[in-house]
Amino acid sequence: MTETVLPTRAEKRKFKMDMRALSPFIALIVLIIAGALINPDFLTASNLLNVVTRSAFIAIIAVGATFVIASGGLDLSVGSMAALTAGVMILTLNSQGSADMGTLALGMLAAIALSAACGLANGLIVTFGRIEPFIVTLGTMGIFRSLVIWLAAGGTITIRNLELRELYRPVYFGSVFGIPVPIIAFLAVASIGALILYRTSFGRHVVALGSNEDVARYSGVPIWRVRTLTYIIQGICVGIAVLVYVPRLGSATPTTGLLWELQAITAVVIGGTALKGGIGRVWGTVVGAVILELVANIMVLSNFVSEFLVGAVQGAIIIIAMLVQRSVHRGR
Amino acid sequence: MDSVLRAENISKSFGPIEVLSGISLDLRPGEVHAVIGENGAGKSTLMRILSGHLPPTKGRLHLNGHPITFSDPVDAEAHGIVLVHQEILLAPDLTVAQNLFLGREIKRFGFVDDKAMRERAHSILQELGTNIDPDREVRHLSIADRQLVQIARALLVPHKVVAFDEPTAVLTPIEAESLFEIIRKLRAQGVAVLYISHRLNEVKAVADRVTVLRDGRHVATRDIEGLEPLEMARLMVGRDMSKLYPEKPATASEQTVLTVRDMAVPGFVENASLTLHRGEILGFGGLIGAGRTELFEALVGLRPGHGAITLDGGQVHFRDAREAMAAGIVYLSEDRKGKGLLLQQNLRINLSLAALDKFTRGSFIDIAAEETALDGAIKDFDIRTRSRDLLAGQLSGGNQQKLLLAKMMLLEPRIVIIDEPTRGVDIGTKEQIYRFIASLAAEGKAVVVISSEMQELIGLCHRVVVMRNGRVAGEVAQSDLSEDAIVYLATGVHEERAAEIAAGHA
Repeated sequence: MTETVLPTRAEKRKFKMDMRALSPFIALIVLIIAGALINPDFLTASNLLNVVTRSAFIAIIAVGATFVIASGGLDLSVGSMAALTAGVMILTLNSQGSADMGTLALGMLAAIALSAACGLANGLIVTFGRIEPFIVTLGTMGIFRSLVIWLAAGGTITIRNLELRELYRPVYFGSVFGIPVPIIAFLAVASIGALILYRTSFGRHVVALGSNEDVARYSGVPIWRVRTLTYIIQGICVGIAVLVYVPRLGSATPTTGLLWELQAITAVVIGGTALKGGIGRVWGTVVGAVILELVANIMVLSNFVSEFLVGAVQGAIIIIAMLVQRSVHRGR
Repeated sequence: MDSVLRAENISKSFGPIEVLSGISLDLRPGEVHAVIGENGAGKSTLMRILSGHLPPTKGRLHLNGHPITFSDPVDAEAHGIVLVHQEILLAPDLTVAQNLFLGREIKRFGFVDDKAMRERAHSILQELGTNIDPDREVRHLSIADRQLVQIARALLVPHKVVAFDEPTAVLTPIEAESLFEIIRKLRAQGVAVLYISHRLNEVKAVADRVTVLRDGRHVATRDIEGLEPLEMARLMVGRDMSKLYPEKPATASEQTVLTVRDMAVPGFVENASLTLHRGEILGFGGLIGAGRTELFEALVGLRPGHGAITLDGGQVHFRDAREAMAAGIVYLSEDRKGKGLLLQQNLRINLSLAALDKFTRGSFIDIAAEETALDGAIKDFDIRTRSRDLLAGQLSGGNQQKLLLAKMMLLEPRIVIIDEPTRGVDIGTKEQIYRFIASLAAEGKAVVVISSEMQELIGLCHRVVVMRNGRVAGEVAQSDLSEDAIVYLATGVHEERAAEIAAGHA
């Protein structure tokens, strides 16, 4: 089994490896073709841009989740964290009187700082508390969620200043060169995420940690720092998603961000990132988030299945994605 | 005598690669048949075909003279052919008895009959000559005891052929001797034993016939009478192996680089002290569990421990492996698969992992520089890989060890600690690794070799420190190096018996 180099074998393997990375993209193309066949309105620029724009929040959060999951962790708290961050951001905006850029910047800064701090808390509890991330983030999920309910006193937190609302509106509804701002934001986040994961030593350490923590430790990888940083990155991504989300409705409610964690994890898994860690695919994740939104869109445009069953279809998708991953893995 | 299991012209290909070609082998009742060969020679593949884990591409198997095809390992077991795996495949949280009967529980009125299973487990363990408690959880057992449980599990099935795949890889000499007793007992019962190993002294001690494989081909089948280990090695490697160990480099000096005083690792080591000199190879011997690995893991900050460590005259304390590496000390784990290499990642990522800072330009990794380093490592360390894109887990044991060496040498260390450098490594690669270790010392580095193979310690090291029960039992100087001296310190037994045990199969 050792000895000579046989090029044919190598090429064959490479092709198979690519299959794993390519499968979300193939699924995307299949979906687009299916959508086009079902309803002619599907393949219009406005519909497609709308779909991608709607997927932006989940895509941005899922880029962060790619780091956490590739390092062998998990963060269930992202949905609640988004709600809390949105609530605190709006309260910060409301506490300032004037409707100017300074106020807006302050609110945004508060959002990013809070979400990063939430991520730091998750990371520190996981690393220093040596508790399963599933349990830790299940706990903080409850904490963040009830904090936002408490802040809202069970009701809704709304941007009170209408001028400020108008000023902030373009961040969701505006576009640059015809491309909606949320899409630009999510492409930027994904690009930076891909650069960090694939080209920096931190990114390499994330993958090493997810592959085998012992090997990483014996190789001198600063484990606690890398792991904590993945949760902070997740937090910052949640913060950025909130920045894009808040101008859409201008309010935060106790149900904001509900089940986003499941959608984010689904997007990551569809994208080919291994749930047990060791493989991270940022672009796959982005495609995964788009696929989720695309399925919902096709269901709305078609009359085959009730759109109330969107959640069921998305749930089925994550199971199918895992089956596909498994069979590609076995075929190797 | 008629054969119980016979392989006729077996070939096996994976894709375009033929890993076995035209192998014939017959197993007779009441014989121990050893299959030897370097890693990658096809031993394990042959074993897997014989035990139904893999179908042959060409050729066929005969059982008691009749052609047979095994659909899977369960089918082979039903025909009385059982395999004792090299890896420990037991559920750590279940008891010994539960593990023995896992998947084939004895039932009474539809419920598991713990009492019957416990009794049956007790009797089979007794038969194997061990007093393991059937109610003990496997997680509390030593590696050697786990292996015994695994053997007991295999022998629960009515068996005609028992195959052992490198069974002594994790055993101390004394534990191995009791395994050989079990094998001899099986032989006396008329069972055919297939024994795969590359420890040639062991083969000499236990086998009746030997089949040698090289590069997937059958080289020879001989009776053990008159076949000495050196000749076996020559057959395996295809060239003369009398010079396995290199000259010991003359660079061993009196210049102290590292001293450790009164090192304690809670639960493993007490009061361990050592002095390491520039340019020397210091051996660490002892039985498995004597605390050698734990001592050095604590030294480099991989596990908690305390003691006075002096490096180049200055007091140091490492909190993790990173700090030890920065100070020029690297530790290569005995557990290559679990702690040394990322088996699911490719060679390049593995190679640069510990020394990633050296490949970082600005904020980004220079992948071209990594590729260049991989070219260099493949050449310098003679890493044999059919493709650069392989995953580390797809390399053979010897090549994994070379990759691990290459990875740690990128850190340009001054002190190199290698734990079991040749475990699971074939004899041809062993020679290369020994030469490499000698060259490290010749360059003026200080090298620590932790090894359970006494020949290795004697052939390679300038002096050997021996540990017993978590303490340093003593030191053997170069002029006094002998198996007897090491075994005495390792076991505390100075009688003829210990020497005999050691001479049998070290």
